[in-house]
This record gives sequence, C-alpha cells and structure tokens, in this order.
Amino acid sequence: MGSGNSPCASCKLLRRRCAKDCIFAPYFPSDDPQKFAIVHKVFGASNVSKMLQELPIHQRADAVSSLVYEANARVRDPVYGCVGAISYLQNQVSELQMQLAVAQAEILCIQMQHEPSVAAAIPNPQQIMEFQEQNNNNNELTHHHHHHHQYLNFAASSSNVIHDSLSRETLFGHDMVS
Amino acid sequence: MISGRCAACKNQRRKCPSDCIFSPYFPANDPQKFACVHKIYGGSNVGRMLQGVPTYLREQAANALYLEAKWRIDDPVYGCVSIISSFYEQIQNAEIELAKIQTQVAFYKLQIQHVEAEPNLEVLQSQSINMEQFESDNPTITSWFN
Repeated sequence: MGSGNSPCASCKLLRRRCAKDCIFAPYFPSDDPQKFAIVHKVFGASNVSKMLQELPIHQRADAVSSLVYEANARVRDPVYGCVGAISYLQNQVSELQMQLAVAQAEILCIQMQHEPSVAAAIPNPQQIMEFQEQNNNNNELTHHHHHHHQYLNFAASSSNVIHDSLSRETLFGHDMVS
Repeated sequence: MISGRCAACKNQRRKCPSDCIFSPYFPANDPQKFACVHKIYGGSNVGRMLQGVPTYLREQAANALYLEAKWRIDDPVYGCVSIISSFYEQIQNAEIELAKIQTQVAFYKLQIQHVEAEPNLEVLQSQSINMEQFESDNPTITSWFN
C-alpha cells in the first residue's frame, strides 16, 4: 500500500509521483516489484489503469489477481498463454470423463455376470441413475462456457503444437484467484 | 494501396506497409479481432509480442491473444481465469467420482473372489464377508452405497 512517503511498485517503475489516490497503490505494494512489472509488460500500465477504473473498487483486487495470472501465463508461454492451459485442462476433463465411463461399464459388466452372488451389494437402479445424473450435472459446467468452446477449435486442430509447448509446462497448481 | 490496409493499420489510421506484422493475422474483413486485442493489450504491445515469437507461430499467438482479450472483455474481473477455475473444479469432482467407482469395482471383485473360491457351502458361509462387520469397519465406503 502506498504510504505518504514510499511510492507503490507501479509508480516506482513508471518513475512518477505516487499520489494519495493512486489507482495502483492498493494492489501493487512496493515490496513486490515483479508483480507490476509483469502486468505492465503484457498489458501496459495505461491499459491496466483503464481496466481498473472501469471496475467498482470491491472487484479490483480480484481483477488484479487474474491479470497477474494471465500475464504470468503469457510470459511462460508467449504463444498460447492461458489458452494453452485451458486446452490442456479441457483434455484432462475429457480423459477423466472417459475413465469414468469405463469404470461405470465395468461395474455393469460385473453385475451382469455375477448377479446372484453379489446381488446383496448391488446399488439399486435408482442409485445408478442418480449417480449418472450427478455426472451430467458436472458436464453442465462446460455448457455454461459452451459459447467459449467454439473458439477452442483452432487449438484442437493444432494440438501437436500445443502439446509440445506444454510438455515443459507445469500447471499453476491451485494458486488461483483469491 | 489504401484499400489493401489490414485491420490494424485501418484502426490506427496509418499506411499498411508490405511487411506489416499485423496484416497476416488481422485481415481487413475482421475489424473485431484487432479492436479486441487493441482494447486489452494495446496495438504496439501486440506488435511487440508477435515479434517476440517465431514467424510460424505468430498466427497461433495472434489467435490466442484474441481469445484472451475477448474473454477479458466478456468478464472484466476474471477474464479467462474463471474458465480455468471451473475446469479445475470439474477435474476435482471427476477424480472423486472416479475414486468412488474404482473402489466399488474393487469391492465387487473382492466379493466375487470369496464367492467363487469355495464351492462348499459350509466353508463358504464361514468365510463369506460378514456384511454387518464390514459396514461397521468401513462406515465411509458403506455410506457410498446407501
């Protein structure tokens, strides 16, 4: 936070006076110069300022966090940035859903082959249907963003390039927007 | 050739040189594309970022920048990060479900082994899994079936 005397990280980098109402000061403390440096590098200080000004104050901290996240992704992967991570995660989801389907089929198989002996332990059809409904609800999350999926087609068609650039990448863990 | 200007140079109201870095990726017939990246990253920034990438990857980079800019315009607070968040959540949920089902499968297989191993009914009865005992020993797994 910018005190009266010490400029925030942004004003230090931009070499200007850090005013009391500096828009950057609450989010770019002077003890973390990298944070602003990377956001400035990808988005530019004036764009960040503009974006923050257009948001109500209580949303600015989250906006800064997500901008920092995106800027970091773009620096780590100058070609695909966050889009690479999204593509990778989408593949992970697909694979997990496939594994789920296989495991479900395996259960059905076992039930059909050994029904008399394991009849006591088989969940009733109601339970199976509830489980499958839960699965479908998980899929709805993708539908909320389905209007984004049309944009991801280009990523799917060049999945080799994405895969190669991602093979060095580690995901950002769960250090998400707070 | 004023009519041959790419979307970037049209937007910036300047001449479009023959080696314009934007023109292969920001054609004049799609002004939206450049308008979006310009709004979020700034025109000169986009040019600089494209220059930092080998030529054969610039189209991918331009498209990725366009996607991210579009998501940021749609959601000015979280941008594409909300998509990443929701994917993490989906993955977490799917992994939990998968673990549940795989445990179920293992449980069934264990039951089958016990049933098939001993055709002698007396031995079978004495060796079969005591469901009550199992349930009290494994309340969590039991709750998945109830």
